[in-house]
Amino acid sequence: MKLVVTGPFGVGKTTLIRTLSEIPPLHTEEAMTETGAGHDDLAGVPDKTTTTVAVDFGRLTVPGELVLYLFGTPGQERFFPLWEDIARGALGALVLADTRRLGDSFPVMDMVEEQGLPYAVAVNRFPDAPTYGDEVLRKHLDLHPSTPLVQCDARERRSSVEPLIALAEHVLTRLPEDRP
Amino acid sequence: MSRAPRRRLVPAYLVTGGRQLTSRADLDRLSVLTLADAKLTETPEATAGIGPEHHRLCALLAPGSLSLVECAAHLGLPVSATVVVAADLIESGHLQARGPVPRAQEIDRSLVERLLVGLRTLR
Ligand SMILES: Nc1nc2c(ncn2[C@@H]2O[C@H](COP(=O)(O)OP(=O)(O)OP(=O)(O)O)[C@@H](O)[C@H]2O)c(=O)[nH]1
Ligand SMILES: [Mg+2]
Repeated sequence: MKLVVTGPFGVGKTTLIRTLSEIPPLHTEEAMTETGAGHDDLAGVPDKTTTTVAVDFGRLTVPGELVLYLFGTPGQERFFPLWEDIARGALGALVLADTRRLGDSFPVMDMVEEQGLPYAVAVNRFPDAPTYGDEVLRKHLDLHPSTPLVQCDARERRSSVEPLIALAEHVLTRLPEDRP
Repeated sequence: MSRAPRRRLVPAYLVTGGRQLTSRADLDRLSVLTLADAKLTETPEATAGIGPEHHRLCALLAPGSLSLVECAAHLGLPVSATVVVAADLIESGHLQARGPVPRAQEIDRSLVERLLVGLRTLR
């Protein structure tokens, strides 16, 4: 099963995957074709460049013979085409947020919503960051009442499992009854 | 904390022979690659036209199967280039690929329920 871990720059994606993964996080390169903005050449053809984007990959074997594959994908808007490709067939997404810059998580939340992918928000607690109650965070993040919000410490295993549980519960509420 | 960027030995466009698409469009990041028949690698006709990256991928898979995305990471190649190399080797009979287990469309309640039970034991 595939799960996407995303969020703004430096929010703790790699840390969370390192904490959860049974293998050291693998660093993969994904190639993405970008259309250069404002660099149209004389022929009017926008110049295209291929950018490689680093994506972390981790693997978590869950009791019950299930394997969760974690794809740590940057949340910057310019990576959205790649994101969409990686997220195809994913169970859901974990969107990480930092209380010092909650707004940085908005674009990626919008994108995940647009794709109809279920997601949970994990607020990664940094020691030097202000702490807030869940209600205040929900208000600032403008979360739908059904979207799970979990505060965690991405460096701690038990703490990092909680957002996964919240996400799985959320996914379950959206799935139709199995056919017998 | 910064990681030294790993230098690629061969530019991606050379590895793939300039091709952008693969005949195996169904190869997924989580497709599991397995060496089909170790003997195949030894016959000269089977190895004709396969490059060093193809050999590296076969060598990587010798101890056992790996997902495509893991192969990419270990080979230090972009995922898209690894897809092309793997597709070549599937075509030549060196590799077998099977889809990710479970497939995306097989995500149902009982599976997610099992996942939840499993995750809760990790608390
Ligand atoms: N105190 C504390 N520090 C953390 C936590 N999570 C991450 N860090 C630190 O924050 C920094 C950034 O974390 P990363 O995991 O690299 O963040 P990232 O989202 O992968 O960053 P990019 O890949 O650069 O976008 C690192 O120095 C981590 O050690 C946390 O929960 N608590
Ligand atoms: Mg990172």
